[in-house]
Amino acid sequence: MSAVLRQIGREKLLLAGLLLLGCLALVGLLGPLVTDTSLAEIGTTRARLPPDAAHLLGTDTQGRDVLAALVAALPQTLKIGLLAGLLGLGVGGLLGLLAGYLRGLSDVVIRTTADVVMTIPAIAVLVLVATNVRTMTVGLMAVIVAGLAWMYPTRAIRAQTLSLRELTYIDMARLNGIGGLRLVMTELLPNLAPYFAASFVTAVSTAMLATVGLEALGLGPQNQLTLGMMLYWAQYYGAVLRGMWWWWLPPVAAIALIFIGLLAVSAGMDRLLNARTRQDG
Amino acid sequence: MLLEADSVEVAFGGGISGGARRLALRGVSLALPADQPTILAVVGESGSGKTTLTRLLLGLLCPTAGTVRYLGQDIARMDRAAHAAFRREVQAVFQDPFAAYNPFYPVDRILILPARQFGLVATRAAAYALAEASLVQVGLRPAETLGRYPHQLSGGQRQRLMVARALMLRPRVIVADEPVSMVDASLRATILQNLYGLTVDHRISLLYVTHDLATAYQVADRVAVMQNGVVVEEGDVEAVIRRPQHPYTQALVAAIPPPDPTVPWGVDDEAA
Amino acid sequence: MSAALRPAAEPPVLEVRDLDVAFETRRGRAHAVQGVSFTLHRGERLGLVGESGSGKTTTALALMRLLRPPGRILGGEAWLGELDLLAAKPAALRQARFARIALVPQGAMNSLNPVLTCGTQIEDLLQAHGVPAGGAATQTRIARLLDGVGLASEIARLYPHQLSGGMKQRVCIALAMALGPSVILADEPTSALDVIVQKQVLRTLIAAQKTLGAGMVLVGHDMGLMAQFAHTVGVMYAGTLVEVGPVRALFADPRHPYTRMLIASLPRFDRRRHFVGIPGMAPSLFNPPPGCPFHPRCPQATARCAAEIPQEQILPDGRRVRCHYAQEPALAA
Repeated sequence: MSAVLRQIGREKLLLAGLLLLGCLALVGLLGPLVTDTSLAEIGTTRARLPPDAAHLLGTDTQGRDVLAALVAALPQTLKIGLLAGLLGLGVGGLLGLLAGYLRGLSDVVIRTTADVVMTIPAIAVLVLVATNVRTMTVGLMAVIVAGLAWMYPTRAIRAQTLSLRELTYIDMARLNGIGGLRLVMTELLPNLAPYFAASFVTAVSTAMLATVGLEALGLGPQNQLTLGMMLYWAQYYGAVLRGMWWWWLPPVAAIALIFIGLLAVSAGMDRLLNARTRQDG
Repeated sequence: MLLEADSVEVAFGGGISGGARRLALRGVSLALPADQPTILAVVGESGSGKTTLTRLLLGLLCPTAGTVRYLGQDIARMDRAAHAAFRREVQAVFQDPFAAYNPFYPVDRILILPARQFGLVATRAAAYALAEASLVQVGLRPAETLGRYPHQLSGGQRQRLMVARALMLRPRVIVADEPVSMVDASLRATILQNLYGLTVDHRISLLYVTHDLATAYQVADRVAVMQNGVVVEEGDVEAVIRRPQHPYTQALVAAIPPPDPTVPWGVDDEAA
Repeated sequence: MSAALRPAAEPPVLEVRDLDVAFETRRGRAHAVQGVSFTLHRGERLGLVGESGSGKTTTALALMRLLRPPGRILGGEAWLGELDLLAAKPAALRQARFARIALVPQGAMNSLNPVLTCGTQIEDLLQAHGVPAGGAATQTRIARLLDGVGLASEIARLYPHQLSGGMKQRVCIALAMALGPSVILADEPTSALDVIVQKQVLRTLIAAQKTLGAGMVLVGHDMGLMAQFAHTVGVMYAGTLVEVGPVRALFADPRHPYTRMLIASLPRFDRRRHFVGIPGMAPSLFNPPPGCPFHPRCPQATARCAAEIPQEQILPDGRRVRCHYAQEPALAA
């Protein structure tokens, strides 16, 4: 374990990404302690104020303090991404594991389903589902988005399982009398852990992208503030036309930072995985 | 018979997701007698089916025709108790000393797990004691081996560890699939000597699968030559090597370079 | 020093002096090749034999200047005629590679481009060295090259995956011969092949070498093979050349203990159940033992061996041995 941590420590890109995401999460968690999030409610301040000492990021046309809104919205967006990622990974990873390990008919069914679902234009489906839901919540968004993110972990985990199960140490385990679930849990899973981690990051990225897309179209949670919804309201009330840069720029910057962080983590993990396989060989 | 393959046939492919149907083994029959420990070498090149035969005899694969029997019982139809006994009494040493270890765990596991699994010991401490004794038998130092990860040991050490594991379980048969092909020449003799000596000391039968006729000659009592999934020649090792009957066997024998520059081999038309 | 194949007046095609190669890794410096020197004459076959970690492949790669970081050439000279391969500029190297010194790499079957036909790959090589493209003359030349390695001219139209392992290897040999180099380095050309095919490919290699009159260095780990292939054998251990000499003399009376034990460990067809191995393990290249690198495993090691690195001793038959006791013939085993 410590060897793994040391290896992670050597990957600067990975560390940078994790640090960035960590900071953002911290802002989301501890922010409410520093700023007054009640100011994120509609009508709590004077509207359309540019940034000044009292409102560091100004206020919007609905009377919200933008900084407070940002601090309130950040954890929500992160939560959706995390939930959707976990859900997508859980379902997708499990299916991938089954497909790769059992092979035969199960593999054909799972693989074909994943491939077919991947060809469906995600936005079209998301829009369809979102418009037919009465009240959209953060949780529901996560589920919808996960529904279209699970295929990638399935494919990645399936591919790895297929190659790992041919390795001699799996035969050794069978010769020891270990089979079935125990084999998968004790022999395959520990070696799949890095691939699960990498798939998780991909799933979270895919989920967040879909989420922000949906929200920007106005199909996000109406009653909870997320970064995407901030963008939607800003666009809806003509923030760009009105020159209210302090309204649309902060959420854009925050979203950009999240994706930069995810990208760095993903690229760093990729390097780490390749280094490990090179070392093992 | 101790362990036997009776007219086994193994076909690959031809299923839902597979390609063309291919026969890896065709009507192969081989046996290790039960009355006395024997060393049988199975010699063949790539594509001969020898690895498939190994997996078949270890119960890792089911034949598409024919039966594999252990002590007279069909291994595909054994009850739990008989199967457990089969698993303990038939052990394997594989070719690739690296892939045989799960890189996630330290190498101790390769000894401790089967020791506990097969009920050879009751406690972890007893398992370690048994493991250490086995390591010493193959010339490994427990202090330098236990607690390490596979990539921290050399190829030779890993291979010797596999042999230690096979011996620790006091099997009746060891199936060794190319146990020294990935090991340096200077180490081969030592590992083979170990394997041979210990199988003799503990009265274990050995199925030595290899492409190397020379080491097969060194180790075995009998040899079976395989080509394209069929056994083309089988018999006492001296007879087969000195007076090969089948043209393939003859080609195999002729393909071994005599380690003496004064003996012509037929690659240089003007002998050096 | 080689067997008296050619009169001493003829200059060697390749002369390597004190080649030194190291790998600089996080764990330290691994001295993979130390002070390796040998000469190669026209038509001579040198077998460089050693086990894993002996530095034989690194030597071949260094001579072709194909080493990648963290590998680094620390010193030495490799004279190919008037060109020092180790000091040459990239332009000169590119001209020399395959035209004057060619490599048949390890796993050569995997170094063929899978999306080009064999003929195209040979043609590419010829073009890169100034032979005009297309035309019947080129096709004839390719056909003749393939014929020289025992392949039908139809092979030129096939892709690598359509060929067997042995055939792919022969295509690689044809590539190495294409420009008529004076030196061919073959790095374990038959290790991945079945024994019967191995013999065929070796036969092809020898025939090719004779046609060209080139000098050949065969890098391998099989002493038995070297006995049948090489005129001169160089035994490498832990990065040093411990014994170099004419093959018959070396096999008849090996003077370095490692050579002796390596020959003794070969499985023979006259005695069964006679196992002679070399105890112990190869030394770490990061932290080599003091004195002679072989002394921890040597049955004849003395205190001098542990303290003093042996110098090269030159024997009357021209052999060079790095052992303090090389002058004494083998003690009864």
